[in-house]
Amino acid sequence: MVALYPGPIEVGGIRLRNHLLLAAGILGTTGASLARILANGAGGVVTKSIGPSPKEGHPGPCLVVVDGGIINAMGLPNPSAAFVDELTALTGDPVIVSIFGGTPEEFRTVAGWFAGTASGLELNLSCPHAEGYGAAIGSDPALVEECTRAVASLGVPTWVKLTPNVADIAEIGAAAERGGADAIVAVNTVKAMRISTALRRPVLGNRFGGLSGKAIFPVAVRCVYDLYEACSIPIVGCGGVSTADNVVEMMMAGASAVEIGSAVIDDVGIFAAIADDLYSPDGIDAGEIVGCAHA
Amino acid sequence: MHEQMPAGVTITEIVEETPSIRTFVFDREIAARPGQFVMVWVPGVDEVPMALSSPSSITVQKVGDATAALFAMHEGDRIGVRGPYGNGFAVSGRTLAVGGGVGASPLLPLVTAGLVDTFLLGARTASELLFADRIRDAVTLMMVATDDGTAGHHGFVTELISRVDLADFDRICVCGPEVMMAAVLAVLDREGCAERGLFSLHRYMKCGVGLCGSCCTDPHGLRVCRDGPVFSGDTLLDSEFGHYARDASGSRRRI
Repeated sequence: MVALYPGPIEVGGIRLRNHLLLAAGILGTTGASLARILANGAGGVVTKSIGPSPKEGHPGPCLVVVDGGIINAMGLPNPSAAFVDELTALTGDPVIVSIFGGTPEEFRTVAGWFAGTASGLELNLSCPHAEGYGAAIGSDPALVEECTRAVASLGVPTWVKLTPNVADIAEIGAAAERGGADAIVAVNTVKAMRISTALRRPVLGNRFGGLSGKAIFPVAVRCVYDLYEACSIPIVGCGGVSTADNVVEMMMAGASAVEIGSAVIDDVGIFAAIADDLYSPDGIDAGEIVGCAHA
Repeated sequence: MHEQMPAGVTITEIVEETPSIRTFVFDREIAARPGQFVMVWVPGVDEVPMALSSPSSITVQKVGDATAALFAMHEGDRIGVRGPYGNGFAVSGRTLAVGGGVGASPLLPLVTAGLVDTFLLGARTASELLFADRIRDAVTLMMVATDDGTAGHHGFVTELISRVDLADFDRICVCGPEVMMAAVLAVLDREGCAERGLFSLHRYMKCGVGLCGSCCTDPHGLRVCRDGPVFSGDTLLDSEFGHYARDASGSRRRI
Protein backbone atom coordinates (compact mmCIF):
# COMPACT_ATOMS: atom_id res chain seq x y z
CA MET A 1 0.00 0.00 0.00
CA VAL A 2 1.03 3.61 -0.60
CA ALA A 3 2.39 5.38 2.47
CA LEU A 4 2.14 9.15 2.79
CA TYR A 5 4.60 11.60 4.27
CA PRO A 6 3.19 12.93 7.58
CA GLY A 7 2.78 16.54 8.58
CA PRO A 8 0.40 19.47 8.40
CA ILE A 9 -1.37 20.19 5.12
CA GLU A 10 -3.60 22.89 3.69
CA VAL A 11 -6.85 22.09 1.93
CA GLY A 12 -9.37 24.64 0.69
CA GLY A 13 -7.84 27.45 2.71
CA ILE A 14 -7.77 25.49 5.98
CA ARG A 15 -4.61 24.26 7.68
CA LEU A 16 -5.00 20.69 8.98
CA ARG A 17 -2.78 18.46 11.12
CA ASN A 18 -3.19 15.54 8.70
CA HIS A 19 -5.55 14.32 5.96
CA LEU A 20 -8.12 12.76 8.33
CA LEU A 21 -11.04 14.89 9.52
CA LEU A 22 -13.98 14.09 11.76
CA ALA A 23 -17.15 14.24 9.63
CA ALA A 24 -20.08 16.47 10.56
CA GLY A 25 -22.76 15.00 12.79
CA ILE A 26 -20.47 12.57 14.60
CA LEU A 27 -19.50 13.49 18.19
CA GLY A 28 -19.55 17.15 17.22
CA THR A 29 -22.15 18.42 19.68
CA THR A 30 -19.76 19.72 22.33
CA GLY A 31 -16.40 21.44 22.40
CA ALA A 32 -15.01 18.82 24.79
CA SER A 33 -15.96 16.01 22.45
CA LEU A 34 -14.33 17.76 19.49
CA ALA A 35 -11.19 18.32 21.57
CA ARG A 36 -11.15 14.63 22.46
CA ILE A 37 -11.24 13.64 18.77
CA LEU A 38 -8.42 16.08 17.96
CA ALA A 39 -6.41 14.62 20.86
CA ASN A 40 -7.13 11.18 19.40
CA GLY A 41 -5.29 12.07 16.21
CA ALA A 42 -7.75 13.76 13.84
CA GLY A 43 -6.22 16.32 11.50
CA GLY A 44 -9.28 18.52 11.89
CA VAL A 45 -12.85 18.28 13.10
CA VAL A 46 -16.20 19.31 11.63
CA THR A 47 -18.91 20.21 14.13
CA LYS A 48 -22.52 19.17 14.30
CA SER A 49 -24.54 21.31 11.87
CA ILE A 50 -25.60 24.60 13.43
CA GLY A 51 -28.66 26.48 12.18
CA PRO A 52 -30.51 29.78 12.62
CA SER A 53 -32.58 28.65 15.63
CA PRO A 54 -32.33 25.88 18.26
CA LYS A 55 -33.78 22.52 17.16
CA GLU A 56 -34.45 19.39 19.19
CA GLY A 57 -34.42 17.07 16.18
CA HIS A 58 -36.71 14.21 15.22
CA PRO A 59 -38.35 11.82 17.67
CA GLY A 60 -36.49 8.52 18.06
CA PRO A 61 -35.37 6.08 16.99
CA CYS A 62 -32.90 8.47 15.35
CA LEU A 63 -30.30 5.90 14.38
CA VAL A 64 -30.13 2.22 13.65
CA VAL A 65 -27.06 0.09 13.02
CA VAL A 66 -27.57 -2.15 9.97
CA ASP A 67 -25.36 -4.56 8.05
CA GLY A 68 -22.54 -2.51 6.55
CA GLY A 69 -23.64 0.84 7.83
CA ILE A 70 -25.80 3.13 9.87
CA ILE A 71 -29.09 4.78 9.01
CA ASN A 72 -29.89 8.00 10.82
CA ALA A 73 -32.43 10.77 10.90
CA MET A 74 -31.35 13.07 13.70
CA GLY A 75 -33.26 16.06 12.36
CA LEU A 76 -30.47 18.62 12.73
CA PRO A 77 -30.66 19.05 16.53
CA ASN A 78 -28.50 22.03 17.52
CA PRO A 79 -28.31 24.83 20.09
CA SER A 80 -27.89 27.52 17.38
CA ALA A 81 -25.92 30.63 18.42
CA ALA A 82 -25.21 29.16 21.88
CA PHE A 83 -22.78 26.80 20.15
CA VAL A 84 -20.29 29.66 19.85
CA ASP A 85 -19.51 29.14 23.56
CA GLU A 86 -18.68 25.45 22.98
CA LEU A 87 -15.76 26.46 20.78
CA THR A 88 -14.02 28.96 23.08
CA ALA A 89 -11.56 26.33 24.36
CA LEU A 90 -10.70 25.33 20.77
CA THR A 91 -9.45 28.68 19.50
CA GLY A 92 -6.61 28.11 17.05
CA ASP A 93 -7.46 24.43 16.56
CA PRO A 94 -8.53 23.11 13.13
CA VAL A 95 -12.29 23.33 13.74
CA ILE A 96 -14.69 23.63 10.83
CA VAL A 97 -18.22 24.62 11.73
CA SER A 98 -20.95 22.91 9.74
CA ILE A 99 -23.83 25.29 9.16
CA PHE A 100 -27.29 25.11 7.63
CA GLY A 101 -30.12 27.44 6.77
CA GLY A 102 -33.25 27.63 4.69
CA THR A 103 -32.16 30.62 2.62
CA PRO A 104 -28.88 32.28 1.56
CA GLU A 105 -29.57 35.00 4.15
CA GLU A 106 -29.90 32.42 6.95
CA PHE A 107 -26.65 30.78 5.87
CA ARG A 108 -24.93 34.16 6.00
CA THR A 109 -26.34 34.96 9.44
CA VAL A 110 -25.17 31.67 10.95
CA ALA A 111 -21.80 31.94 9.19
CA GLY A 112 -21.33 35.38 10.75
CA TRP A 113 -21.51 33.93 14.29
CA PHE A 114 -18.43 31.82 13.62
CA ALA A 115 -16.52 33.98 11.15
CA GLY A 116 -14.04 35.17 13.76
CA THR A 117 -13.36 31.87 15.51
CA ALA A 118 -13.70 28.88 13.16
CA SER A 119 -10.91 27.72 10.82
CA GLY A 120 -13.59 27.44 8.18
CA LEU A 121 -17.21 26.68 7.47
CA GLU A 122 -18.83 23.67 5.85
CA LEU A 123 -22.21 24.31 4.27
CA ASN A 124 -24.64 21.48 4.87
CA LEU A 125 -26.48 21.44 1.54
CA SER A 126 -27.04 17.75 1.80
CA CYS A 127 -28.93 16.49 4.85
CA PRO A 128 -31.51 14.15 3.29
CA HIS A 129 -34.10 14.21 6.05
CA ALA A 130 -34.79 17.75 7.25
CA GLU A 131 -37.58 19.49 5.38
CA GLY A 132 -36.60 22.77 3.76
CA TYR A 133 -32.93 22.39 4.66
CA GLY A 134 -29.95 20.42 3.42
CA ALA A 135 -30.66 18.37 0.31
CA ALA A 136 -33.81 20.39 -0.37
CA ILE A 137 -31.41 23.21 -1.25
CA GLY A 138 -28.45 21.09 -2.34
CA SER A 139 -30.18 19.55 -5.34
CA ASP A 140 -30.84 22.96 -6.94
CA PRO A 141 -27.67 24.31 -8.63
CA ALA A 142 -28.88 27.94 -8.56
CA LEU A 143 -29.61 27.81 -4.80
CA VAL A 144 -26.30 26.06 -4.12
CA GLU A 145 -24.44 28.83 -5.93
CA GLU A 146 -26.39 31.53 -4.10
CA CYS A 147 -25.93 30.02 -0.62
CA THR A 148 -22.23 29.42 -1.26
CA ARG A 149 -21.73 33.01 -2.41
CA ALA A 150 -23.59 34.37 0.62
CA VAL A 151 -21.06 32.66 2.93
CA ALA A 152 -17.87 32.76 0.85
CA SER A 153 -18.21 36.53 0.44
CA LEU A 154 -17.57 36.84 4.20
CA GLY A 155 -13.98 35.86 3.48
CA VAL A 156 -14.01 32.69 5.61
CA PRO A 157 -12.74 29.44 4.02
CA THR A 158 -15.95 27.87 2.72
CA TRP A 159 -16.43 24.18 2.05
CA VAL A 160 -19.67 22.89 0.56
CA LYS A 161 -20.91 19.41 1.44
CA LEU A 162 -22.96 17.75 -1.26
CA THR A 163 -25.65 15.12 -1.35
CA PRO A 164 -25.23 12.03 -3.51
CA ASN A 165 -29.02 11.93 -3.96
CA VAL A 166 -28.96 13.84 -7.25
CA ALA A 167 -28.82 12.83 -10.90
CA ASP A 168 -25.58 14.72 -11.61
CA ILE A 169 -23.40 15.65 -8.64
CA ALA A 170 -20.81 17.26 -10.93
CA GLU A 171 -23.36 19.92 -11.91
CA ILE A 172 -23.90 20.77 -8.22
CA GLY A 173 -20.16 20.82 -7.56
CA ALA A 174 -19.64 23.23 -10.43
CA ALA A 175 -22.36 25.48 -8.98
CA ALA A 176 -20.58 25.55 -5.62
CA GLU A 177 -17.33 26.42 -7.34
CA ARG A 178 -19.00 29.30 -9.22
CA GLY A 179 -20.35 30.54 -5.88
CA GLY A 180 -16.82 30.81 -4.52
CA ALA A 181 -16.40 27.56 -2.56
CA ASP A 182 -12.85 26.80 -1.43
CA ALA A 183 -13.48 23.05 -1.40
CA ILE A 184 -16.22 20.49 -1.98
CA VAL A 185 -17.03 17.76 0.53
CA ALA A 186 -18.57 14.65 -1.01
CA VAL A 187 -20.76 13.04 0.16
CA ASN A 188 -23.49 13.21 2.79
CA THR A 189 -25.66 10.15 3.48
CA VAL A 190 -27.59 8.18 0.89
CA LYS A 191 -31.40 8.16 1.21
CA ALA A 192 -32.38 5.00 3.01
CA MET A 193 -35.04 3.27 5.06
CA ARG A 194 -35.52 0.10 7.09
CA ILE A 195 -38.79 -1.32 8.34
CA SER A 196 -39.20 -3.20 11.59
CA THR A 197 -40.88 -6.43 10.54
CA ALA A 198 -41.76 -7.02 14.18
CA LEU A 199 -43.58 -3.71 14.57
CA ARG A 200 -44.62 -3.34 10.92
CA ARG A 201 -43.45 0.25 10.60
CA PRO A 202 -40.35 2.18 9.53
CA VAL A 203 -37.78 1.89 12.27
CA LEU A 204 -36.78 5.57 12.30
CA GLY A 205 -39.01 8.09 14.05
CA ASN A 206 -38.73 10.22 10.92
CA ARG A 207 -39.61 7.11 8.83
CA PHE A 208 -36.76 7.68 6.34
CA GLY A 209 -33.17 8.74 6.80
CA GLY A 210 -29.68 8.53 5.37
CA LEU A 211 -27.23 5.63 5.09
CA SER A 212 -23.57 6.07 6.01
CA GLY A 213 -20.71 3.65 6.65
CA LYS A 214 -18.86 1.05 4.61
CA ALA A 215 -21.91 0.31 2.43
CA ILE A 216 -21.68 3.73 0.75
CA PHE A 217 -17.91 3.84 0.19
CA PRO A 218 -18.22 2.86 -3.52
CA VAL A 219 -20.93 5.52 -3.98
CA ALA A 220 -18.66 8.15 -2.43
CA VAL A 221 -15.66 7.13 -4.54
CA ARG A 222 -17.74 7.50 -7.71
CA CYS A 223 -19.00 10.94 -6.63
CA VAL A 224 -15.47 12.15 -5.84
CA TYR A 225 -14.29 10.82 -9.19
CA ASP A 226 -17.06 12.67 -11.06
CA LEU A 227 -16.42 15.90 -9.15
CA TYR A 228 -12.70 15.75 -9.84
CA GLU A 229 -13.50 15.73 -13.55
CA ALA A 230 -15.85 18.70 -13.28
CA CYS A 231 -14.23 20.99 -10.68
CA SER A 232 -10.86 22.61 -10.12
CA ILE A 233 -11.17 23.27 -6.37
CA PRO A 234 -10.05 20.60 -3.85
CA ILE A 235 -12.40 17.77 -2.93
CA VAL A 236 -12.72 16.25 0.53
CA GLY A 237 -13.88 12.62 0.29
CA CYS A 238 -16.50 11.44 2.77
CA GLY A 239 -18.52 8.26 2.95
CA GLY A 240 -17.59 4.91 4.47
CA VAL A 241 -13.88 5.56 4.93
CA SER A 242 -12.64 3.17 7.61
CA THR A 243 -9.08 2.14 6.67
CA ALA A 244 -5.86 3.74 5.44
CA ASP A 245 -6.35 1.95 2.12
CA ASN A 246 -9.79 3.61 1.81
CA VAL A 247 -8.05 6.97 2.30
CA VAL A 248 -5.58 6.21 -0.48
CA GLU A 249 -8.41 5.06 -2.76
CA MET A 250 -10.38 8.26 -2.13
CA MET A 251 -7.27 10.27 -2.94
CA MET A 252 -6.73 8.37 -6.18
CA ALA A 253 -10.34 9.24 -7.10
CA GLY A 254 -9.50 12.90 -6.51
CA ALA A 255 -9.79 13.71 -2.80
CA SER A 256 -7.20 15.96 -1.15
CA ALA A 257 -8.34 14.87 2.33
CA VAL A 258 -11.06 12.68 3.81
CA GLU A 259 -13.72 12.91 6.49
CA ILE A 260 -14.43 9.92 8.71
CA GLY A 261 -17.65 9.44 10.66
CA SER A 262 -19.42 6.12 11.02
CA ALA A 263 -16.15 4.20 11.54
CA VAL A 264 -15.97 5.85 14.97
CA ILE A 265 -18.59 3.31 16.07
CA ASP A 266 -15.93 0.59 16.16
CA ASP A 267 -13.18 2.72 17.70
CA VAL A 268 -13.17 6.29 18.95
CA GLY A 269 -9.39 6.15 18.37
CA ILE A 270 -9.86 5.38 14.65
CA PHE A 271 -7.99 8.52 13.56
CA ALA A 272 -4.72 7.55 15.24
CA ALA A 273 -5.17 3.95 14.05
CA ILE A 274 -5.57 4.99 10.41
CA ALA A 275 -2.78 7.57 10.67
CA ASP A 276 -0.50 4.86 12.01
CA ASP A 277 -1.13 2.79 8.86
CA LEU A 278 -1.19 5.71 6.43
CA TYR A 279 1.88 7.74 7.32
CA SER A 280 5.56 6.91 7.18
CA PRO A 281 8.67 9.16 7.32
CA ASP A 282 9.71 7.72 3.96
CA GLY A 283 6.20 8.07 2.48
CA ILE A 284 5.35 10.06 -0.64
CA ASP A 285 3.62 13.42 -0.95
CA ALA A 286 -0.16 13.03 -1.23
CA GLY A 287 -0.05 15.25 -4.32
CA GLU A 288 1.49 12.35 -6.20
CA ILE A 289 -1.68 10.26 -5.89
CA VAL A 290 -4.56 12.75 -5.71
CA GLY A 291 -6.61 12.08 -8.83
CA CYS A 292 -4.07 9.60 -10.25
CA ALA A 293 -6.86 7.19 -11.22
CA HIS A 294 -7.96 9.69 -13.87
CA ALA A 295 -4.79 9.27 -15.93
CA MET B 1 -20.37 -3.87 13.74
CA HIS B 2 -23.25 -6.32 13.43
CA GLU B 3 -26.85 -5.35 12.65
CA GLN B 4 -28.78 -4.02 15.64
CA MET B 5 -32.36 -3.51 14.51
CA PRO B 6 -34.70 -3.07 17.49
CA ALA B 7 -36.22 -6.34 18.65
CA GLY B 8 -40.01 -6.32 18.85
CA VAL B 9 -41.11 -7.48 22.31
CA THR B 10 -44.52 -7.98 23.87
CA ILE B 11 -45.30 -6.60 27.32
CA THR B 12 -46.35 -9.61 29.39
CA GLU B 13 -46.80 -7.99 32.78
CA ILE B 14 -47.03 -4.50 34.24
CA VAL B 15 -46.21 -4.20 37.96
CA GLU B 16 -47.13 -1.09 39.92
CA GLU B 17 -44.05 -0.83 42.13
CA THR B 18 -44.91 2.52 43.71
CA PRO B 19 -47.56 5.17 42.98
CA SER B 20 -45.19 6.69 40.38
CA ILE B 21 -43.05 3.75 39.21
CA ARG B 22 -44.00 0.71 37.13
CA THR B 23 -42.08 -2.32 35.92
CA PHE B 24 -42.78 -3.49 32.36
CA VAL B 25 -41.89 -7.14 31.87
CA PHE B 26 -41.46 -8.35 28.28
CA ASP B 27 -41.22 -11.72 26.57
CA ARG B 28 -37.48 -11.71 25.82
CA GLU B 29 -34.40 -12.07 27.98
CA ILE B 30 -31.54 -9.72 27.18
CA ALA B 31 -28.14 -10.92 28.32
CA ALA B 32 -26.66 -7.88 30.03
CA ARG B 33 -24.28 -6.86 32.78
CA PRO B 34 -25.82 -5.10 35.81
CA GLY B 35 -26.21 -1.39 35.04
CA GLN B 36 -26.39 -1.74 31.25
CA PHE B 37 -29.33 -0.14 29.44
CA VAL B 38 -31.53 -0.61 26.41
CA MET B 39 -33.02 1.90 23.98
CA VAL B 40 -36.78 1.51 24.37
CA TRP B 41 -38.87 2.39 21.33
CA VAL B 42 -42.47 3.35 21.97
CA PRO B 43 -43.81 3.19 18.40
CA GLY B 44 -45.00 6.52 17.07
CA VAL B 45 -43.74 8.43 20.11
CA ASP B 46 -39.99 8.29 20.78
CA GLU B 47 -37.07 6.13 21.82
CA VAL B 48 -35.46 6.57 25.24
CA PRO B 49 -32.68 4.90 27.25
CA MET B 50 -33.83 2.70 30.14
CA ALA B 51 -31.81 0.60 32.56
CA LEU B 52 -32.70 -3.08 32.71
CA SER B 53 -34.09 -4.00 36.14
CA SER B 54 -33.86 -7.69 35.12
CA PRO B 55 -32.97 -9.49 31.87
CA SER B 56 -36.58 -9.06 30.74
CA SER B 57 -37.81 -5.84 32.36
CA ILE B 58 -37.45 -2.10 32.65
CA THR B 59 -38.62 -0.10 35.65
CA VAL B 60 -39.87 3.32 34.75
CA GLN B 61 -40.99 6.61 36.24
CA LYS B 62 -43.23 8.84 34.17
CA VAL B 63 -41.07 11.81 33.16
CA GLY B 64 -41.73 12.64 29.50
CA ASP B 65 -43.62 11.78 26.32
CA ALA B 66 -42.18 8.29 25.87
CA THR B 67 -42.64 7.22 29.48
CA ALA B 68 -46.16 8.69 29.56
CA ALA B 69 -47.00 6.66 26.44
CA LEU B 70 -45.49 3.59 28.07
CA PHE B 71 -47.68 4.13 31.13
CA ALA B 72 -50.72 4.15 28.82
CA MET B 73 -49.80 0.71 27.40
CA HIS B 74 -51.26 -2.62 28.42
CA GLU B 75 -50.17 -6.23 28.67
CA GLY B 76 -50.00 -7.60 25.12
CA ASP B 77 -48.83 -4.30 23.58
CA ARG B 78 -45.58 -4.30 21.60
CA ILE B 79 -42.52 -2.09 21.96
CA GLY B 80 -39.05 -2.15 20.40
CA VAL B 81 -35.86 -2.76 22.33
CA ARG B 82 -32.24 -2.49 21.16
CA GLY B 83 -29.15 -3.14 23.21
CA PRO B 84 -27.83 -3.84 25.76
CA TYR B 85 -25.59 -0.79 25.62
CA GLY B 86 -23.06 0.86 27.92
CA ASN B 87 -20.53 -0.51 30.36
CA GLY B 88 -22.52 -1.40 33.49
CA PHE B 89 -21.25 -1.75 37.06
CA ALA B 90 -17.97 -3.67 37.36
CA VAL B 91 -17.74 -4.75 41.00
CA SER B 92 -15.42 -6.98 42.96
CA GLY B 93 -15.07 -7.58 46.67
CA ARG B 94 -17.52 -5.99 49.10
CA THR B 95 -20.08 -3.62 47.60
CA LEU B 96 -22.16 -0.81 49.06
CA ALA B 97 -25.11 0.35 46.93
CA VAL B 98 -26.80 3.72 47.31
CA GLY B 99 -30.08 4.17 45.42
CA GLY B 100 -32.51 7.07 45.34
CA GLY B 101 -36.01 6.92 43.83
CA VAL B 102 -36.18 5.11 40.50
CA GLY B 103 -32.35 4.99 40.65
CA ALA B 104 -32.71 1.69 42.52
CA SER B 105 -33.68 0.12 39.19
CA PRO B 106 -30.20 -0.28 37.57
CA LEU B 107 -28.88 -1.43 40.96
CA LEU B 108 -31.41 -4.28 41.26
CA PRO B 109 -29.52 -6.69 38.92
CA LEU B 110 -26.47 -6.29 41.18
CA VAL B 111 -28.64 -7.18 44.19
CA THR B 112 -30.24 -10.11 42.36
CA ALA B 113 -26.78 -11.44 41.43
CA GLY B 114 -25.82 -11.41 45.13
CA LEU B 115 -23.15 -8.78 44.60
CA VAL B 116 -24.36 -6.17 47.12
CA ASP B 117 -23.56 -6.41 50.83
CA THR B 118 -25.13 -3.22 52.14
CA PHE B 119 -27.85 -1.14 50.46
CA LEU B 120 -28.85 2.41 51.37
CA LEU B 121 -32.26 3.09 49.84
CA GLY B 122 -33.89 6.50 49.71
CA ALA B 123 -37.12 7.98 48.42
CA ARG B 124 -39.36 10.99 48.84
CA THR B 125 -41.82 9.08 51.01
CA ALA B 126 -42.37 5.52 52.29
CA SER B 127 -44.68 4.45 49.44
CA GLU B 128 -42.07 5.49 46.87
CA LEU B 129 -39.31 3.20 48.21
CA LEU B 130 -38.51 1.01 45.20
CA PHE B 131 -37.79 -2.75 45.52
CA ALA B 132 -37.42 -2.44 49.33
CA ASP B 133 -38.63 -6.00 50.06
CA ARG B 134 -36.52 -7.62 47.36
CA ILE B 135 -33.42 -5.73 48.42
CA ARG B 136 -33.94 -6.48 52.14
CA ASP B 137 -34.20 -10.20 51.39
CA ALA B 138 -30.98 -10.28 49.32
CA VAL B 139 -28.48 -8.13 51.18
CA THR B 140 -26.81 -8.34 54.60
CA LEU B 141 -27.93 -4.89 55.65
CA MET B 142 -30.43 -2.42 54.22
CA MET B 143 -30.99 1.06 55.58
CA VAL B 144 -33.79 3.35 54.49
CA ALA B 145 -34.22 7.10 54.37
CA THR B 146 -37.26 9.16 53.35
CA ASP B 147 -37.41 12.89 52.78
CA ASP B 148 -40.61 13.16 54.86
CA GLY B 149 -39.62 10.68 57.57
CA THR B 150 -42.45 8.23 56.83
CA ALA B 151 -39.93 5.35 56.87
CA GLY B 152 -36.42 4.98 58.22
CA HIS B 153 -34.13 7.96 58.60
CA HIS B 154 -35.90 11.31 58.24
CA GLY B 155 -33.76 12.98 55.60
CA PHE B 156 -31.62 12.23 52.59
CA VAL B 157 -30.14 8.83 51.83
CA THR B 158 -26.76 10.54 51.63
CA GLU B 159 -26.91 11.07 55.38
CA LEU B 160 -26.97 7.29 55.95
CA ILE B 161 -23.42 7.00 54.61
CA SER B 162 -22.09 8.26 57.94
CA ARG B 163 -23.60 5.13 59.55
CA VAL B 164 -21.42 2.73 57.54
CA ASP B 165 -17.64 2.41 57.45
CA LEU B 166 -16.61 3.20 53.88
CA ALA B 167 -13.33 1.36 54.50
CA ASP B 168 -15.39 -1.86 54.56
CA PHE B 169 -16.26 -1.57 50.87
CA ASP B 170 -14.28 -2.04 47.67
CA ARG B 171 -16.99 -0.50 45.51
CA ILE B 172 -19.76 2.01 46.19
CA CYS B 173 -22.40 1.82 43.43
CA VAL B 174 -24.68 4.84 43.19
CA CYS B 175 -27.76 5.73 41.16
CA GLY B 176 -30.43 8.32 41.79
CA PRO B 177 -31.23 11.97 41.16
CA GLU B 178 -28.05 13.81 40.14
CA VAL B 179 -28.17 16.19 43.11
CA MET B 180 -28.18 13.15 45.41
CA MET B 181 -25.35 11.44 43.50
CA ALA B 182 -23.28 14.62 43.57
CA ALA B 183 -23.77 14.73 47.37
CA VAL B 184 -22.54 11.13 47.62
CA LEU B 185 -19.51 11.96 45.48
CA ALA B 186 -18.74 14.91 47.77
CA VAL B 187 -18.75 12.56 50.78
CA LEU B 188 -16.51 10.02 49.03
CA ASP B 189 -14.14 12.78 47.94
CA ARG B 190 -13.95 14.10 51.49
CA GLU B 191 -13.15 10.59 52.71
CA GLY B 192 -10.49 10.22 50.01
CA CYS B 193 -12.15 7.32 48.18
CA ALA B 194 -13.83 8.92 45.14
CA GLU B 195 -12.20 6.32 42.88
CA ARG B 196 -14.13 3.54 44.63
CA GLY B 197 -17.46 5.12 43.72
CA LEU B 198 -19.32 3.99 40.59
CA PHE B 199 -22.00 6.44 39.50
CA SER B 200 -24.65 5.66 36.88
CA LEU B 201 -25.38 8.87 34.94
CA HIS B 202 -28.45 9.95 33.07
CA ARG B 203 -28.10 12.20 30.04
CA TYR B 204 -30.27 12.95 27.03
CA MET B 205 -29.41 10.38 24.35
CA LYS B 206 -30.27 9.88 20.70
CA CYS B 207 -28.15 7.09 19.22
CA GLY B 208 -27.10 4.93 22.17
CA VAL B 209 -24.01 3.66 20.36
CA GLY B 210 -21.48 6.47 20.84
CA LEU B 211 -21.83 8.29 17.53
CA CYS B 212 -24.13 11.29 17.73
CA GLY B 213 -22.54 13.10 20.65
CA SER B 214 -25.80 14.12 22.38
CA CYS B 215 -24.68 12.64 25.71
CA CYS B 216 -21.06 13.83 25.72
CA THR B 217 -19.97 15.28 29.05
CA ASP B 218 -17.51 17.99 30.00
CA PRO B 219 -14.57 18.30 30.36
CA HIS B 220 -13.31 15.02 28.83
CA GLY B 221 -15.94 14.54 26.12
CA LEU B 222 -16.87 11.15 27.59
CA ARG B 223 -20.01 9.61 26.08
CA VAL B 224 -22.54 8.50 28.70
CA CYS B 225 -24.02 5.91 26.30
CA ARG B 226 -20.74 4.25 25.34
CA ASP B 227 -17.99 5.24 27.81
CA GLY B 228 -20.63 5.08 30.58
CA PRO B 229 -23.30 5.18 31.82
CA VAL B 230 -21.25 4.13 34.85
CA PHE B 231 -18.27 6.34 35.70
CA SER B 232 -15.87 6.12 38.61
CA GLY B 233 -16.08 9.00 41.05
CA ASP B 234 -12.60 10.35 40.33
CA THR B 235 -13.50 10.87 36.63
CA LEU B 236 -16.51 12.92 37.73
CA LEU B 237 -14.65 15.30 40.04
CA ASP B 238 -14.39 18.79 38.53
CA SER B 239 -16.78 17.85 35.72
CA GLU B 240 -20.26 18.98 34.65
CA PHE B 241 -21.67 16.28 36.96
CA GLY B 242 -23.96 17.87 39.52
CA HIS B 243 -23.85 21.21 37.74
CA TYR B 244 -25.38 21.02 34.26
CA ALA B 245 -26.47 18.77 31.43
CA ARG B 246 -27.41 19.31 27.80
CA ASP B 247 -30.94 19.03 26.43
CA ALA B 248 -32.15 17.63 23.10
CA SER B 249 -30.82 20.65 21.18
CA GLY B 250 -27.45 20.52 22.92
CA SER B 251 -28.15 23.61 25.04
CA ARG B 252 -26.85 23.57 28.61
CA ARG B 253 -29.38 23.33 31.44
CA ARG B 254 -28.57 23.62 35.14
CA ILE B 255 -29.09 20.43 37.16
